[in-house]
Amino acid sequence: MNFKHKYFFLFPGLFVLIGILIFPIIFVVRLSLSGWNSYNPGLDYIGLENYIRLFTDDPRFWESFFRLSFLSVTTVILQYVIGFALAHMVWKDIKFKRFFRVLFLVPMMTTPVIMTVIWRTFFHESLGPVNDLLSVFGVAPKWLTDPVIAKFTVIIVEVWQWTPFMFLLLLAGLLSLPKEPFLAAAIDGASPVRKFIYVTFPLMAPISIGAIIIRLIEASKIMDTVYVLTSGGPGTSTETSSFYIFIKGLREFQMGYAASMSFTYLIIMIISLTIIAKVLTKVLLKD
Amino acid sequence: MNKLYIFLKYFFIVVWTVFVVAPFLWALTTSFKDFQSVNGGVTYIPWVDFEPNLEGWKVLIKSPAKGGVDIIEPYFNSLFVTCTASLISIILGTLSAYALSRYTFKAGFVKNNDITFFFISQRIMPPIVLSIPFFLFLSSINLLDSLTGLIVVYIVLLMPIAVWIMVDFFNKVPREIDETALIDGCNPYQAFLKVVLPNSIPGLIVAGMFCIIFGWIDFFFAFILTFTEVQLLPVKIVALNSSVTPWWSLSASALVSVAPLIIVAFIVERYLSKGNLSGAIK
Repeated sequence: MNFKHKYFFLFPGLFVLIGILIFPIIFVVRLSLSGWNSYNPGLDYIGLENYIRLFTDDPRFWESFFRLSFLSVTTVILQYVIGFALAHMVWKDIKFKRFFRVLFLVPMMTTPVIMTVIWRTFFHESLGPVNDLLSVFGVAPKWLTDPVIAKFTVIIVEVWQWTPFMFLLLLAGLLSLPKEPFLAAAIDGASPVRKFIYVTFPLMAPISIGAIIIRLIEASKIMDTVYVLTSGGPGTSTETSSFYIFIKGLREFQMGYAASMSFTYLIIMIISLTIIAKVLTKVLLKD
Repeated sequence: MNKLYIFLKYFFIVVWTVFVVAPFLWALTTSFKDFQSVNGGVTYIPWVDFEPNLEGWKVLIKSPAKGGVDIIEPYFNSLFVTCTASLISIILGTLSAYALSRYTFKAGFVKNNDITFFFISQRIMPPIVLSIPFFLFLSSINLLDSLTGLIVVYIVLLMPIAVWIMVDFFNKVPREIDETALIDGCNPYQAFLKVVLPNSIPGLIVAGMFCIIFGWIDFFFAFILTFTEVQLLPVKIVALNSSVTPWWSLSASALVSVAPLIIVAFIVERYLSKGNLSGAIK
């Protein structure tokens, strides 16, 4: 094929993306070395002061980071298990197959914040249906104002919202599997459980890894759900890293410090996702 | 054994269906309530528990001066930003994806896969990291609180998705068809436009759907980069929530805003069942 034309195909997209991104990224790094805040907006140079403050004097950032890890890992595990179960169920012929497939996809098509607004009314402590139904059992959990329960409310909403995405990726994977291994298993008379453990699951391993990583990437950004559902509260009990950076940067206008946090956050994200991807590949693709 | 499995299967499907449908049903009934039936205890069934009325839906089309919630303009803003950004992302993304699928690139240690990874890895970037420089950057060139500024930002969000889906799709389109077209005397651009693109329509539709989904559901950038001049739908509805909270109009506007994408769910399912999505994940 002709040699020069390839650049005309590649470059418009590549350069637009780099053009939009390169400046902000360099700027974040430069900003993180400045003391830009609302009294003193400007790119002065204060060295690593922001980073020293972040690593020695800001437990709230690290707490929000561990909270984020807990929330994203928990939601992704739940989404994977439920999503795989659902995909497996509507993979082969069942009644109303297409109806269920569409239905299970619907939540990911809805705007998270808008559905969260609905969830807020749903979990309302005195006027919401959940506590009204639970009052039969004489319990009334404080869905949005108890520090522990609020975390689970966030998880419920995230699972509702994003299990469909996992479902979509896994079902697409299931539909692309070759038929021969299943025929062989059927000839051997394998039970459904054994068939799943020895045929379906291993064949799905590469797709599972891909789906889990994609979801972890998206889950690590949890922010708008939290903002609408609990505003990080009660206290800071549902605050995630993004939300904390948002408060520091765009509420208190400590731009310099927020930039140093977001750069640190980005680096941690890249490193930990790489490690997770490596570990998952090792565990799931043993042979 | 088998019967138990089938029972459990349908049990699980029914439970999940109820979970998926519950918030929609709740929003639907709430949208027909009035002050009394929201605040005087929880009510469920229209005509039995409460007398339904259309107040929540009427305020959607009233002008704000008369106490309406004015979501028509944000609606079109959202539609415009999403569609424009998706279109640009698809065009640029498809061209790049075609190059990455058909030609080999080499610059030092950077090869095709690295360039593809560079595109896709932009999804790892937490929005908050970009939001601060974008905020300062757009305000310095007076694009803060404008549709253009948002479109520029959304291209960064959406192009990785387009490249991701299209690279895999082009890899499945046989190379022979481009080669035949070239032998028949087309130049590479004609071959791409007249032969490869028409054969890639399912991929383009899937990529387009995903761009539209992820553009339409974004809240964060719209929330940070716009204020009063331009409002997108999610921002408008969340703002409703933080003010007085009339649950009925809130529910009605939420339903109106999620409705268009339900159609997308049907289209995605159609292509999923045909097997057009399978390559993208691996």
